Amino acid sequence: MASGNSDPRRNLTATAVKVLIAGGFGVGKTTMVGSVSEVPPLRTEEVITTASEGVDDLSGIEQKTTTTVALDFGRITINPDLILYLFGTPGQDRFWFMWDELAEGALGAVVLADTRRLDSCFAAVDFFERRNLPFVVGVNCFDGAYRYGTEEVRQALDVGMDVPLLLCDARERESTKQVLTSLMEHVMARSDLAAAQGGY
Amino acid sequence: MSGRHEAWFDDEAGPLVRSYAVTGGRTRSDTLGLDLITLVVALRTAHEAGMLEPEYARIIALCQRPVSVAEVAARVDLPLPVVKVMLSDLIEQNLVLFRTAAPAQESPNRHVLQAVLDGIRKL
Repeated sequence: MASGNSDPRRNLTATAVKVLIAGGFGVGKTTMVGSVSEVPPLRTEEVITTASEGVDDLSGIEQKTTTTVALDFGRITINPDLILYLFGTPGQDRFWFMWDELAEGALGAVVLADTRRLDSCFAAVDFFERRNLPFVVGVNCFDGAYRYGTEEVRQALDVGMDVPLLLCDARERESTKQVLTSLMEHVMARSDLAAAQGGY
Repeated sequence: MSGRHEAWFDDEAGPLVRSYAVTGGRTRSDTLGLDLITLVVALRTAHEAGMLEPEYARIIALCQRPVSVAEVAARVDLPLPVVKVMLSDLIEQNLVLFRTAAPAQESPNRHVLQAVLDGIRKL
């Protein structure tokens, strides 16, 4: 890295961390990101080239397909040296390959659930459980959506009692703050537990 | 900023060839391990950097304070793989400094977790 640079602007001492907002398509992930982000949600496109599957490869020529995935994200500058990025995960199942890169190094995740179609977040719950990434479940209470109790949702999603589950409104800043606070408390408790067990 | 360029094509037109032409068709930039939240900052202004392709100059202008790779890509409105290649070029030319996030295997530092929690509470 460059040294001998006296201009404080030019020194890169800041650290970036990320939290994922997951859930099914149209559940309100980008809305949640936007409710706390200091900038309107940004969008970037990842382009992935993968070998095609299910193609009879009689020609001996490798088949490749290119897929473009849009990622929406927001930023919260915690302090001059620490920036938190909130990434919405791609909602459609066919973009699963992006999840590994997104989850890499993430502090934790929020699984945003819609009680009208709880099944749309099963995949996210499974993914974070398998990766052992701490997560909380936010049950997004849409206008007019029937509100189930948190325990009913917990049973339906089959998540353990150790996973925080709370009702929220993804449009409301205070509500999103509560969900993220709950996530970070959970992440810290998990980290303390791991340290106590000599896991790290 | 780029409003006047937007009239003659839309998203349906697909990616512009131009952005890949700037990178010489390269889309791989794995050597530096730049990821979505790798932070980058310019070491010079675009003016100080001298003659640069306009796309590179825009990136330099965006990086006058630390920003993530994803943010640069979103703001220059180019696909991530293209922006990673362009940033790699600028890093090799010592025009941009980068800092990767903590290695994924490392458990997040307690100090960082506490700072994030406090920061969210104060929002």
